[in-house]
Amino acid sequence: MSASARFQDTLQRGLNALLSTPLAGGLAWPHGPHRFVETFAPTWSLASVRARIVDIRYETEDTVTLVLAPNARWSGFRAGQYVRLGVDVDGVRRTRCFSVSSSAHGPRERLTVTIRENRGGVVSSFLVRRAQRGMVVELSPAEGSFALPEQRPERILLLGGGSGITPLMSMLRTLHDEFYEGRITLLYYARTPEDIIFGAELRALRHAWPRAEFHPITESGSPGALEGRFCAEHVDALVPDAASCATFACGPQGMLDAVQNLWDARGWGDRLHMERFVAPAAPARDADGDAGGAVRFSRANVVALPAAGTLLERAEAAGLNPESGCRMGICHTCKCRKTSGTVRNLLTGAVSAEADEEIQLCVSVPVGDVTLDL
Amino acid sequence: MLNTTTETTAPHTASFRTPDEARIQRTAAATGVDLDAFAAELDAIRERVLADLGERDARYIRKLLKTQRGLELSGRLLLMLGLFPPAWLAGTAALSVSKILDNMEIGHNIMHGQYDWMRDPALDSKRFEWDTACPADQWRHSHNYMHHTYTNILGKDRDIGYGQVRISEEQRWSPFFLLNPLNAFWLAVLFQWGIALHDLEVNRVVSGKRPIREILPLARGVWRKGSRQALKDYVLFPLLAGPGFLPVLAGNATANVARNLWAFMIIFCGHFPDGVAVFTEEECENESRGHWYLRQLLGSANIEGGPLFHIMSGNLSHQIEHHLFPDLPAHRYAEIAEEVRALCEKHGLPYNTGPLGKQFGSVVRKLFRLALP
Repeated sequence: MSASARFQDTLQRGLNALLSTPLAGGLAWPHGPHRFVETFAPTWSLASVRARIVDIRYETEDTVTLVLAPNARWSGFRAGQYVRLGVDVDGVRRTRCFSVSSSAHGPRERLTVTIRENRGGVVSSFLVRRAQRGMVVELSPAEGSFALPEQRPERILLLGGGSGITPLMSMLRTLHDEFYEGRITLLYYARTPEDIIFGAELRALRHAWPRAEFHPITESGSPGALEGRFCAEHVDALVPDAASCATFACGPQGMLDAVQNLWDARGWGDRLHMERFVAPAAPARDADGDAGGAVRFSRANVVALPAAGTLLERAEAAGLNPESGCRMGICHTCKCRKTSGTVRNLLTGAVSAEADEEIQLCVSVPVGDVTLDL
Repeated sequence: MLNTTTETTAPHTASFRTPDEARIQRTAAATGVDLDAFAAELDAIRERVLADLGERDARYIRKLLKTQRGLELSGRLLLMLGLFPPAWLAGTAALSVSKILDNMEIGHNIMHGQYDWMRDPALDSKRFEWDTACPADQWRHSHNYMHHTYTNILGKDRDIGYGQVRISEEQRWSPFFLLNPLNAFWLAVLFQWGIALHDLEVNRVVSGKRPIREILPLARGVWRKGSRQALKDYVLFPLLAGPGFLPVLAGNATANVARNLWAFMIIFCGHFPDGVAVFTEEECENESRGHWYLRQLLGSANIEGGPLFHIMSGNLSHQIEHHLFPDLPAHRYAEIAEEVRALCEKHGLPYNTGPLGKQFGSVVRKLFRLALP
């Protein structure tokens, strides 16, 4: 960690120690001292992990790497983990998961996430097209069990597809930084050679690191290389000792299913680690299908079978007694977090499939199965 | 004066008891209204604004928060130098404005859910607390739910006179109201405490309509919130100033009272000037969305003024628009007011508006007049 970063860390921790005293709490009542600090200096409040975007690098035409400077609340990550990144898009706070792509041995005050624009994806499009230096984003602490074990395996196989390369890149960089002595093989699937992220860095790494093998494989193929999508033949041709590898796979759903099937079929399943980023489920039926699916009330651990009515009515019919008021969508008393599923707002007609979204129960009907934090 | 006969009405038509000639004429005008069309047109305005919410609204509320917090910090700092009179004056003024902004354009509006769509926990209606004695959760019940759902329904909307003041002919007179103007004066000076005790319905407890054990948890909430407010303004900050204890105490008290008087004035202009209607429970049974809209319109009154005045009043100067669309960001009300007004004209409905002097003047006259039966 650089001297100036350490100094800033110390200042932030000192300020926050002051802010956490009962006196500060009493003086800044009822908003709390952190709200005052974050209004003027968003990254200086340590009530949550926040980071400033300090640099933006284009990796491919539709992929960027954001270099983030987190505040002192950030406590690092293990290679392969992801963060939930929150950013305001057109005024709305949106949160998505992105793998950290930098080395776990990098300075604590810097991390990178690498993001490919997902067509129609609000957050990825925003971050790729409209993010600017100086912007502040919210971060969660690093999460996920998809990570290099502390005891590094002797033989590692990495299977990446598309933007699924990002956590694998973090693993590669981390292993390289610690002079990893085992053998490592990467099979990296991309649509076209132009879609290969980190191409130059991977080539450079390969030259400097004799025990590492990288195989880019594109659907269109290139002279002298394998082509197509992930299949058993690729594994057999390129990784004859796959059975003895600790394997880490990250990529699109179809590829991961194929990997899982192959590894299970060969009895290697216990050595396979996968990261699945599941896209939100599409509405199960058309927008007017009021008699939506089952509603799961997760706190009460109750499931209401498909029936007609608003979510509020369904909850009450299921014997729950959620807070409610006007029952016409004006007072917001019945606001509740929907953890998954799709709902339709009866007032606006808007259909929304976003996870972890606050909805008004009295004017929402389920479209397909829905889980509520109730 | 009181017209106690129940008017017979066709379904979906407005009706309300109307003690004066002007209001009777408005009733007549209202009974011809196509309420379904009226509702559809208002819904269309609402949807258009909802679809347009975005960056602009986010910037507005954050800029306002920054202004308010800047004012609060500088006000508190200046008051630390309160032994020096100009610093005391400036500090007290800054703190007064800060408290007014915090309670009205920020707190009241955020707690209505006007910024919930932003999904920012700092602007979340269910988590926000404001710089006043009333606990946010009790406010959300008495105001967002009771007052906004049952607006101006006698016996249900306890904002009619706040259980203290006779401000409508339809409230039954009792000798207590002989002191009506004085009661109103004290309610104004102590407004934050009046609001804080509002959800307890003390008068209903006294008259035995509400069991005391029902209000105990609420009373505890008021005590917790109110004591922390008092501790901050009347103990901690004054102590922090050392020798400047008294000036800080006086400055904080002045700021609280200034906010109380201002909020009282704006709020009483929202529902109590001449020409605002009250309704009976029967006429609002099973009411349609159109009738609900109509009741919000006829039960509210606007105050005319410039942009700064609207911000300082929390845009409650657009009380009509606020009651039609309580969860639209309030800074949008000015933009849709023209349209709402035109809509009212088209349907032959009144749109009650006037300058502060006229609206508050009529409230004060009523406070005196209604002291007598």
